[in-house]
Amino acid sequence: MLDVEKIRDDFPILSREVNGHPLVYMDNAATTQKPRQVIQALVDYYENFNANVHRGVHTLSMEATDMYEVARNKVAKFINAGDPDTVIWTRNASESLNLVAHSWAKDNIESGDNIVLTPMEHHSNLVPWQELARDKNINIRYIPMDDEGVLDLSTIDSIIDDHTSLVSIVHMSNALGTINPVKELCDLAHSKGAMFLVDGAQSVPHMVIDVKEIDCDFMAFSGHKMMGPTGIGCLYAKKNLLEGMEPFLTGGEMVLEVSYEEASWADLPMKFEAGTPNIGDAIALGAAVDYLENIGMENVDEYERELTSYAMNKFVDVEEEGGKLFGPRNPTQRGGIISFDTPDIHPHDLGTLLDQMGIAVRTGHHCAMPLVRSLGVSATSRASFYVYNTKQEVDILVEGILEAMRYFRDGVR
Amino acid sequence: MFDAQDLYQEIVMDHNRRPRNFGSIADSTSSSEGFNPLCGDQVTVFLKVSDEIVEDVSFEGVGCAISKSSASMMTEGVKGKSVEEALIVFQAFRRMLTTTSDQVEDSEILGDLEILKGVSQYPTRIKCATLSWHTLQAALQGSGSDVSTE
Ligand SMILES: Cc1ncc(COP(=O)(O)O)c(C=O)c1O
Repeated sequence: MLDVEKIRDDFPILSREVNGHPLVYMDNAATTQKPRQVIQALVDYYENFNANVHRGVHTLSMEATDMYEVARNKVAKFINAGDPDTVIWTRNASESLNLVAHSWAKDNIESGDNIVLTPMEHHSNLVPWQELARDKNINIRYIPMDDEGVLDLSTIDSIIDDHTSLVSIVHMSNALGTINPVKELCDLAHSKGAMFLVDGAQSVPHMVIDVKEIDCDFMAFSGHKMMGPTGIGCLYAKKNLLEGMEPFLTGGEMVLEVSYEEASWADLPMKFEAGTPNIGDAIALGAAVDYLENIGMENVDEYERELTSYAMNKFVDVEEEGGKLFGPRNPTQRGGIISFDTPDIHPHDLGTLLDQMGIAVRTGHHCAMPLVRSLGVSATSRASFYVYNTKQEVDILVEGILEAMRYFRDGVR
Repeated sequence: MFDAQDLYQEIVMDHNRRPRNFGSIADSTSSSEGFNPLCGDQVTVFLKVSDEIVEDVSFEGVGCAISKSSASMMTEGVKGKSVEEALIVFQAFRRMLTTTSDQVEDSEILGDLEILKGVSQYPTRIKCATLSWHTLQAALQGSGSDVSTE
């Protein structure tokens, strides 16, 4: 069993106070906190190894290049990508998705084709496809979902069809917590000749991910949601696809040979990494992967499931006061993201009151405006957990919500 | 335990529970819609202006307690005023929320609206309080154009 107190000790920020209360950080779906090991990796790199990569023959440049590529290796191993060349550094999941929309989709999706999404996509896995659809005559289709936010696959055969060129699906919904059956959908997509993309922004940080087993063609995720720094993310893609794709950005570092007339592209992965990359943050993401591997992703998953079940039970108190939980009831179909609506108090006001108690939650549309609207609300409140959250913090959260609801309803505390 | 009395004063809570001038005006002379994409707050302000006097004003929409009570108090604050006076109140209100000092300069102009001064201590909530006012301004200037806080 994992030792939460020991883990918490590694996160300096968790011992600070907010508005006179110990911080209860439950906005992990937005971004996670960083352990000392990750912060130290940044300091260490800048104090001892800082140099540009893939360029110099001098010692620092060689050392920096080594560390940078070792980090790529770690990430590749973390998602079982096999060949590290199939892991492309980007800024974040959004950039990874845009890379696919620009470099792959432009040349591989034809007029009359369709793209299949779910109604619970983050704007980052929605808007790039809408933009593509504006340029080309293509259709965007949505797999229906039920009232709990679970995909309804009963009509899937008429949705994913022979004209589907891409199925792009969020693995774990940041707005509902739903975990989608990506393996099953991937097999379906492939049986119709479509490519399969997984938005892993919320799943890679929280569970064992094996891209080989899913057999997905693309996977996008962000370092900052898995204890890494902001500004570094990844795109995994199958090697033959990457080899066939045109670059996203062009310039230095991504070329093989340049004349005054033309240029040829460097090999993978550099073909997709124009300009001086985010070396320090890539290396620190490697440290985050080490940290997570050290805990063990099975343990992270198991612990968070237990915490989520505990929280769902606790939330019965909020429901009894008229609160409403969104997302699947079945704990096996969801991750540690609890999205809810409270009567008499708007999420925005709840967020402010909880902040006064030191509790950080997200309120709003969670970059999933069409989804939140379809729930019949203009905003929800969302508590999202990571492996450093505790049952005691869940108690504080639920007590805080109840107190805020009472205050708004009765004006007494 | 929390301390947010400066933000959620009793009068604010009262306007939130029982917003004044809530609904549309059948014979309005102009209206305008405002939207805060960050939190989904949305407000429509209706005006009935004749001879440069705000004869009637109302609002509709969904939003948090701050945006709702601010809109409600706004309607009470500008009803019966001239268009020019209403715009002066808007400027004073905006000044009050965007200056960090505890002093309120325009107490006389603002009247009861001064109760919302506490919002200035919560930077992320200032837009909630000013949304309806920006929307009012658009309606007053007859542009009828939609307002977004972003
Ligand atoms: C499911 C999902 N996809 C994509 C993203 C985009 O991530 P980023 O903002 O790091 O690009 C997020 C982040 O909120 C997310 O939750």
